[in-house]
Amino acid sequence: MIRKSDKPIKITEVCLRDGSHVVAHQYTEEQIRRVVKELDDAGIHYIEVSHGDGLGGSTLQYGRSRVNEMNLIEAAVDECKQAKIAVLLIPGIGTCRELTQVHSLGAGLVRVATHVTEADVSAQHISSARELGMETLGFLMMAHMAPVKTLVEQAKLMESYGAQAVYVTDSAGALLPHQVRERIAALRDSLNIEVGFHGHNNLSVAVANTIAAIEEGATRIDGSVRCLGAGAGNTQTEVLLAVLDRMGLNAGIDLYKMMDIAENTVGPLVPKPQEINKGSLVLGYAGVYSSFLLHAERAGKRFGLDPRDIIIELGKRKVVGGQEDMILDVASELAQARILEV
Amino acid sequence: MAKIKAAIIGSGNIGTDLMYKLVRSGLIELSAMIGIDPESDGLKRAAERGCQVFSNGIQALIENPDLAEIVFDATSAKAHIRNAKVLKDLGKIAIDLTPAAVGPFVSPAVDAHAHIGELNVNLITCGGQATIPIVHAINRVADVAYAEIVATISSRSAGPGTRANIDEFTITTKRGMEEAGGADEGKAIIILNPAEPPILMRDTIYCEVRNMDQEAILRSIGEMVETVKEYVPGYRLKQKPLFDENRVTVFIEVEGAGDYFPIYAGNLDIMTASATRVAEEFARSLLDQKAKSVR
Repeated sequence: MIRKSDKPIKITEVCLRDGSHVVAHQYTEEQIRRVVKELDDAGIHYIEVSHGDGLGGSTLQYGRSRVNEMNLIEAAVDECKQAKIAVLLIPGIGTCRELTQVHSLGAGLVRVATHVTEADVSAQHISSARELGMETLGFLMMAHMAPVKTLVEQAKLMESYGAQAVYVTDSAGALLPHQVRERIAALRDSLNIEVGFHGHNNLSVAVANTIAAIEEGATRIDGSVRCLGAGAGNTQTEVLLAVLDRMGLNAGIDLYKMMDIAENTVGPLVPKPQEINKGSLVLGYAGVYSSFLLHAERAGKRFGLDPRDIIIELGKRKVVGGQEDMILDVASELAQARILEV
Repeated sequence: MAKIKAAIIGSGNIGTDLMYKLVRSGLIELSAMIGIDPESDGLKRAAERGCQVFSNGIQALIENPDLAEIVFDATSAKAHIRNAKVLKDLGKIAIDLTPAAVGPFVSPAVDAHAHIGELNVNLITCGGQATIPIVHAINRVADVAYAEIVATISSRSAGPGTRANIDEFTITTKRGMEEAGGADEGKAIIILNPAEPPILMRDTIYCEVRNMDQEAILRSIGEMVETVKEYVPGYRLKQKPLFDENRVTVFIEVEGAGDYFPIYAGNLDIMTASATRVAEEFARSLLDQKAKSVR
């Protein structure tokens, strides 16, 4: 495989963070310990542990965690021999207080996430994380919603605050391989720091997108065992590793062990296998934040609506990540409009 | 009718919008607008309206202590900490629109009178002004154990100050929900939405209550919305509150008055309108005292 970067690929496993959406944030400490221990043994570089919506995300808006994420993070750190524990922080939801706390528990890396046009709200958190001595990366979410030029400007802001890499985050699973290529290439040309990619599989192109990103020089790559993540899930780590291996790239992670973790440990954790159903397909198609899926399905049931209609309407209103409250609002409005029609 | 003289420190967006609200007040006479940049749009507009203008900051009040009895501070948290000390020494009533939180939190719909006699009160945050009245309305009839608010504002209405220190917003709003709203525990979330045309400010308030009584809650919320409307006419329920078990969810939309900011910036409008309302309570009390001492 020909890559436009000679830096090694670093994989961040997100099944315990993005995957937390799939289990409605009900992970137990025992589950976290077992998965982290096995991932660490397989050679994964970073393992992200937080509420699905990042630190401080345990709320009525996003769903409450069964176990306090601080306990889960502490347990995860305890199980690691070589991997670093990563956390997600979305300014506006979490604060520097939680960041200081997770740092003291031993988390070594933070991804500070903002909507793709709002990078300037991350300055405070990126610089605080650097001061704490944490590895600090920027995460530009819903990357499909802004033109490439804007994405580059926003990434440069994060670089100026001290971010050591910036991710193109395809939160809606809406980007196609050529669009990923264009975005990664533009960031590589304009930044002096590493570039990363976080994909969602709503249009079944997560692995293809991730390969395109790696070829263009992305070196910080997210994967999720068994795809566990919002919407149709993320780039499936064990599949990605197999594909990379076939392309001649060895990421230093044991493929057989990863397959075993997927089959025996992570697979049994989820209520049903992660697949592209009509709801997740519509997320990618309409460009809507993947975490909205379960909320839209619940609202659909409550108001007697097709969740697709709710998702499409949210897309029309240009709703951004974190606006889960709009789902109930829009669903209730649609239901009322329907009553009026009848 | 006699009015109480007031000055604004800070001729930025908030200070300028506040000016438009104060010139309409029946109880307050805006005597001076104080900034630090003589070329600022705010000072120019104030001069056009016949206000005295100064560009030497708090020094203007030190040199002219008779300019005002009430002083609005629309600078920054850092500047207010310094200004607060000066204003206290001068014996002025400080209405603080920064997140400095030197004085007690005040929401005019909840307890505008409670702090009469204080020399410094704080207006919390825009999200706090939009949501704390609802938390209070639910708490007074149903006892709120936990309250959570989500404030979504248009990206265009979030100034550089808010953006550089978004933690101040979430932490101060949470405290306000507990101290002024009456929730045992609060949590605040803020989201910036860049959609064009800009969206109106919207707030979702979730409360978990100890004594669920749907009718009493609906009535209390309805009354509260009317109270807030008295000073923020564009404040409204977006739809009927939703109830699940011990939980109430309330959707609010805030359309601004369109003074200095466009109407989408309901978040900024509710801050300046609340500050005006609080100051009017202080002015009324000062006028009463003066009337008594004349007698």
